[in-house]
Formats: sequence, structure tokens, C-alpha cells
Amino acid sequence: MKVGLWRIAHARSGDKADRADIGLFAYDAETYAVLKREVTRERLAAHFAGMGIGAVELWPLDNILALKIVLNAALQGGAARSLRMDNLGKNVAAQLLRMEIEAPAGLPRLR
Amino acid sequence: MKTVRIGAGLGFYGDSWQPVKASIERGGVQYIASDHLSELTLAILQKDRQKDPSAGYARDGVPMLAELWPLAAKHGVKLILNAGGLNPQGAREAIAKVFRAKGWRARIATVTGDSVLERIDELRTAGEPMAHMDSGADIAGVRDRMLFANAYLGAQPIAEALAKGADIVLTGRVADAALTLGPLAHEFGWRWDDWDRLAAGLTLGHLLECSGQGSGGNFGSAGEWARIPDYAHLGYPIAEVSTDGRAVLSKAPGTGGRVSFDTVRQQLLYEVHDPHAYFSPDVVLDMGTLKFDDEGGDRVRVCGASGAPRPPTLKVVAGYHDGWMGTGMIGFAWPEAYAKCAKSAEVIQTLVRERGWKVEDSNIEYIGYDSLLGANADPAYRDQLNECFLRMTIRTQDKAVAEAFGRLFPWLGLSGPPYVGTMKAIQPAKELLGIWPTLVARERVESKVSIELERAG
Repeated sequence: MKVGLWRIAHARSGDKADRADIGLFAYDAETYAVLKREVTRERLAAHFAGMGIGAVELWPLDNILALKIVLNAALQGGAARSLRMDNLGKNVAAQLLRMEIEAPAGLPRLR
Repeated sequence: MKTVRIGAGLGFYGDSWQPVKASIERGGVQYIASDHLSELTLAILQKDRQKDPSAGYARDGVPMLAELWPLAAKHGVKLILNAGGLNPQGAREAIAKVFRAKGWRARIATVTGDSVLERIDELRTAGEPMAHMDSGADIAGVRDRMLFANAYLGAQPIAEALAKGADIVLTGRVADAALTLGPLAHEFGWRWDDWDRLAAGLTLGHLLECSGQGSGGNFGSAGEWARIPDYAHLGYPIAEVSTDGRAVLSKAPGTGGRVSFDTVRQQLLYEVHDPHAYFSPDVVLDMGTLKFDDEGGDRVRVCGASGAPRPPTLKVVAGYHDGWMGTGMIGFAWPEAYAKCAKSAEVIQTLVRERGWKVEDSNIEYIGYDSLLGANADPAYRDQLNECFLRMTIRTQDKAVAEAFGRLFPWLGLSGPPYVGTMKAIQPAKELLGIWPTLVARERVESKVSIELERAG
């Protein structure tokens, strides 16, 4: 079934120069395996295409059930130059939680 | 076994120091590590310094110390602040003045030498290209517009200042986590090539550097954020560290917020690039071997940091003038709130075109619809909004155009679509800064670092 990430995961984003970065966290190991399989660089690039971003980088961290995601060239040159309301990219994580992925029914922490 | 307790101070310029009181009074801390400088902050401080050469430091450090020092002195707590910003001596003078007036005594150390703005040409002649770290671009294209350039110093000068007997250490730009690693290295006598211990200290510094974000604040989630207890009295995180680098994260008893596996790991990955190579001036941390053990009761054990040798370069972040931003806003109520904003945007675009203004870039956002979610806003809500605000911004090299842009908006109140509400319709032009991250051989910076210890009061 299709599940919005907001129903199974938590996330925070921040900025470094022109990069937006996101930590995406599963509440449990079973969900982490699903995130690792479904949240790919290709899917992330498509999800954030509307922001006009550069390359996407992605690292899984099994020790903390998390994915580290970096969106390059995502902030109009950086917070001090950006014209956006969200110049610091604080809401990039909220945008990510809107992504829908294919997930098995009955994940432990499904909202 | 000896342990050292360090509490988070501020997490940004303008943050609250009220929670720091609880850490000093009830958290048993020996040090407060207070981070006043984000990447953006130096841009703000630069604007202050342009107006007044004696400014350029984080002004909140002065009232913060004025309020916290009596408490800190009573409990024997030392404070480490990067509130020096672009002018650590200016910050020290402002603080010393308060201490003299109050009749307080303290030994204040200032760490300087991080600024390389006045040395850019010298460094380039000496063989430092100072090319843009990400794009590789030549600095020559922005050299004339540089407004600040500061290297991130490490924890060594902080540890040295403490060894000299400082009660308060004031720095300019240092790696945020160095504010914590400095006192740990000083207390435990960690060697500067003991990579795993330095990595442990870096981890803890990183977990403390954003104040409330390490203890349940800004917990990015749907639903869970509402279960964080007592935001009004949220406690800042405290690290209790052993000599081997193992630590327990907690917060002062009776405070709000939450220290848990979830809140701590969210902060761990915050503003990190490659988690297996988290660079600092003192050590390179691999976060992949860290272990967190949530004991409950707002206590999380942290261990397992692995460190690799420090880099031969220091990161420098410079900022250069990059035009002006003009902003205009206008809001509308139902019916057709979004459509009226969109119509207004169209009108403004026509006016800008007719005036022949040179605009390099522009942004149209709808507050209440997509100003925070961008292209990931759900269009299903767009035509159902109770109300909506239009926010338009432009980037231009011409300050007069940036000023005039906002003044186009109020006219719409009587001559545009109906049911209008203005919100800061006219905003002054804002100077835009491009950020230039680059690398410089560390010895070229470190040879100029100095630590001065002065008795204030």
C-alpha cells in the first residue's frame, strides 16, 4: 500500500551554504528496512524536482535507523542570498515527509 | 571515575538563556558551551560592523553574562562563548564594562586570529587558491566584494585559555562543537591525536550546539511533537562525560522537553553532510559506529565514536555582497483568496516590466499555501483557503529598485482585488550575501591565533 512518510518516520532538515540536508528516521527496525529500500536517490530527485536542486546524496545509517540525505544546490545560493521565505531550508524535511512510498501493511508505528 | 558536566548555552544569536539558569542551578554543570554563530550570523554581524566599527560581535552575550554570571560564579561554572563574532575584543570590552560597573571579578580570555579577510591577498600569493569548495570557482570573481572571511578554529585555543585560568572564554569563529570539545580536552588532558576521544567530544559538542534542538525542541515529526512535555520550560541538553569519552545526555530536573533516542539522533544528523566523515578542525568523525542507549527518564548513553586524523586544512567561510532583495506583501480573505493573490502578482509583474527595472531573479510565494512547502504544497487546498498572503521578492543590483519594489504594493489596497489585509507591506531593501566556503592550510591560520587573558572588574 502507499504510505506517506509522515505516517512512519520523523525528519529534521538544515542548511550549509547552498546545501539542504535532511535526517530521516524510522521509529523501528522493520520500518527502517522499508525506508532503506524505497527512499532512493532517484525518488528523492523526483520528489524535490520542483525546488530546482542539484545532485542528491544519500547514506543509510543502520546504527541509528536513519537515512542521511543531502540536496546540493538547493537553496538559491544559500540562506543569506535566498529570496525564499524558507531561506534556511527548515521545511525541506516537512516536504520530504509528504513523499509516498510503497510499504507493507501493518508497520509497527503506522499512524 | 572523573566526569565532567557541560551544558548547552545558546544555539543561535537571539536564543534564550533562561534554560541555561536551570542547567547551572539544578543541572550540576561545570561548563556552559554557548553557540551564537550560524553561517548566516556573520552576515548579520558584518552589517553591524559596517555601521559601527566597534560592533560586529553577538550583542546578546553581554546581557546573557550580566544575568548569568552571579549564578555561574556561585556554582563555579565557566562559560565558553563564540559571541565574539567578528570582533572578540569589542565583545570583551562591552562585557568588561558591565563587570566593572557591577563590581564583579572574572578572568576573561579572548581567542582571535580566525579572521582572514585582511589576509586574502597574502594567502593567495603564498599559494592558497581559496577556490570555492563546492564549485571550484576562482575567488577573483568575488574578491572585491568580500565582506568577511573567517576560518573555523578548533578546540585547542579554548583548552589553552582554560589552562591559563580563564573563567570566561570569548572566541570569534570556532567550530561549534569546539566549544564543548575544548573544556573536555582540557579537563581530561586528551592528546590532540587521540582521535577516538576527540571524536567522542566532537559528537557531544555537536549534540549540544543547537540548544533546545538536542532536547526535544523542533522535533520534526507529525504528531510526536505534540507529546514533547512543557515547551515553555524546555531544558537545554547536558552531557556528563567520562575520561574515555563515554557520556550520558540529560537535562536539568524539572525542565520540559525530552532527551530520548529519537530527539538525540535527530540532532546528531542535523546539518551534517557525509556522516562517515564529519569534518572538524580537530578530528574527522565517523557517526556510523556510534551507539545510543535510551535509559528512559530523559537519559541517553552515547558511546562508540570513531575518529580519523584531523584535516591539514581549515574551513574558511567568507561572505560577499551579492545584490539587494526587495520584498512586498499583501493579503486577501475569502472568497478566492489565492486567485486574488495570483492576480496581484500579475499586476506587480506588469508594473515592474513597465518601469524597466533590472531584476535578476524573483520569487512568488503564497503564505498560507506554499511559502514553506514550495512545489510540495498540495494543490487540493489552493482554492479552498480562508485567507492567503502574497509575498514577492526580487534580487537586483540596484538598491533603489529594491526599495521601490515594496512600495508598489500598498496601492493595490484601493485599486486591486477586494478584502485586503496588509502585512509589513513596505520592507526596506535587504543586502544579499553570497557565501564562499573554502579551505586554507591550517598552519597559515593557526600561526596567527592568539589568546589574551585579562582580569575584568
